[in-house]
Amino acid sequence: MANQIAIGAVEPGCKKVDPILVASNVTRQFGGLTAVNVEHLEIPRGQITALIGPNGAGKTTLFNLLTGFDKPNTGEWTFEGKNLAGVSSYKVARMGMIRTFQLTKALSLLTVIDNMRLGSQDQPGEGFLRSWLRPAWRHREAVITEKADGLLKRFKLDAKREDYAAALSGGQRKLLEMARALMSDPKLVMLDEPMAGVNPALTQSLLEHIKDLKSNGTTVLFVEHDMHMVRHISDWVIVMAEGKVVAEGPPAEVMKNPAVIDAYLGAHANTDLGEVEIGSAKEGN
Amino acid sequence: MDWLNTLNLTFGELIGVYTAAYVLAALGLAVHFGFTGLLNFGQAAFAALGAYGYSIATLSFHWPWWAAVLAGLGASGIFGLLLGIPTLRLRADYLAIVTIAAAQALRYAFSASAYTDVTGGSNGLSEFGDSFYKLNPIPKGRYELGFTSMSENEIFIRLVGWGLVILGAFFLFFLTRSPWGRVLKGIREDEDAVRSLGKNVFAYKMQALVIGGVFASFGGMIFVMSSQTNQPSTWGTNFTFMIWTILLLGGAATILGPIVGGMTFFALLMFTQSIMEGLVNMGWLPFLDIAQVGQIRFLLVGLVLMLLVIFRPQGMFGNKKELQFNG
Repeated sequence: MANQIAIGAVEPGCKKVDPILVASNVTRQFGGLTAVNVEHLEIPRGQITALIGPNGAGKTTLFNLLTGFDKPNTGEWTFEGKNLAGVSSYKVARMGMIRTFQLTKALSLLTVIDNMRLGSQDQPGEGFLRSWLRPAWRHREAVITEKADGLLKRFKLDAKREDYAAALSGGQRKLLEMARALMSDPKLVMLDEPMAGVNPALTQSLLEHIKDLKSNGTTVLFVEHDMHMVRHISDWVIVMAEGKVVAEGPPAEVMKNPAVIDAYLGAHANTDLGEVEIGSAKEGN
Repeated sequence: MDWLNTLNLTFGELIGVYTAAYVLAALGLAVHFGFTGLLNFGQAAFAALGAYGYSIATLSFHWPWWAAVLAGLGASGIFGLLLGIPTLRLRADYLAIVTIAAAQALRYAFSASAYTDVTGGSNGLSEFGDSFYKLNPIPKGRYELGFTSMSENEIFIRLVGWGLVILGAFFLFFLTRSPWGRVLKGIREDEDAVRSLGKNVFAYKMQALVIGGVFASFGGMIFVMSSQTNQPSTWGTNFTFMIWTILLLGGAATILGPIVGGMTFFALLMFTQSIMEGLVNMGWLPFLDIAQVGQIRFLLVGLVLMLLVIFRPQGMFGNKKELQFNG
């Protein structure tokens, strides 16, 4: 399986057969702290890639950088061959790279269906000049609404259609955010901890939805702490620790990698933090 | 006490010119705050620019009425752009600070003696309404309207003012129910989420700021047109906070709210003033004299505003369901 995805040896930063997203030398510093320092990273197209790592590994920061929500100190990255460095977040989204947030951002005082409609990107009525000419956007609105209803049904939110998003439970908001992200038929969906706070009954259906995405040809990149889920649905796993990519590969192999065990069990669990050097983690490899 | 007079005065406020002017500015603030979540504490500046734009274009450049109106609207629109470019990328509270400061700075600039030739300094400008009142189709004379009598010009300015309110309300009604309005409400809830869905949040906020400012600009023009005097002291922070009171009284994210809120506010203001003056004249309030009544009623306004925000934050027309979640 690894050979179908990667070219050559499977190692951190290895080349992929068909990458959709390629990032090089992406660094982000917060004061003296280097939150992200990724030398090279490629995300395979049409696959489900998991991004794992301990808290503070820089996963969410990397998400923010790649989607234009934060500016890196150095680095460049391309999405489908188009340069994305310095492109603002809404343009990134329009190119077909849609993200969700770790702290769910449901638009509380909009109804569920309006949340969904907002996810669509080519509604001419969203332009000021055409907004008060109802005939200019009525037809498109009907198409959008039909699509939204279809997605709501798939995510079992159709009963909540007219409710305010604020009235949904935490798990339902996660579902809504994911469904909303799918309104524009993105090429790459980036899910930041889609399972956090979702009850086990919903987890199963969320997993199914993510697998469905893959079968529809959408590339998925997700951050997750739940190893069971990672093992269950991902085709490829990238492990980050201390801002760097420390390992990647197919899930079964990555889980055995000492660097990963280090990162998760905590290489420095018994070390005085004052004396830690980044090199010491590498010695374990 | 003269109850008939009290009621007449109160009713007069319901359709008053100043009421219409404040309502227009409050509709603009509804676009800013109610629909987009922009904390604008400088609505007085937008209104002042409308008023000064009109009066300066008329007096200094002798422009016809329609060109002067465009000058007023243009001045407010450009002010919105200038204010928005540096601040709309920042968090909402920064806009509040910048708008309140900009409004004060502008008012001082208008009252500065250096520009007296153009702005009239602290005395302001007057007698700039001729080309506007020439449009009045109502024959000259005084008209009995039952509760009061008005001159042809007093009727005309009321018709224009409330006509603008009605037109503006319909305009906003369609605008806020469109997909465009939906994006604005989305921005109010969480602008990062809207950004992640591919909307140019900055452009939407800018459009909202300018559109709301243009409403205030109309309000400013109507305000100064009734008496044909435009004084810098009018456009202080109390002007802005009256607009906020009206908006919160009526309901921030509604169209009808600012209209009914404005009418209620001015009717109540007149009603309490009239009653208190009656009581003072009858000697029932020995600790007050007539001149103090005007100030006391604003004290009551402050109290009402506080009670409103605490006990009925959604205002008269706001959706209670929307507020339940903000607890």
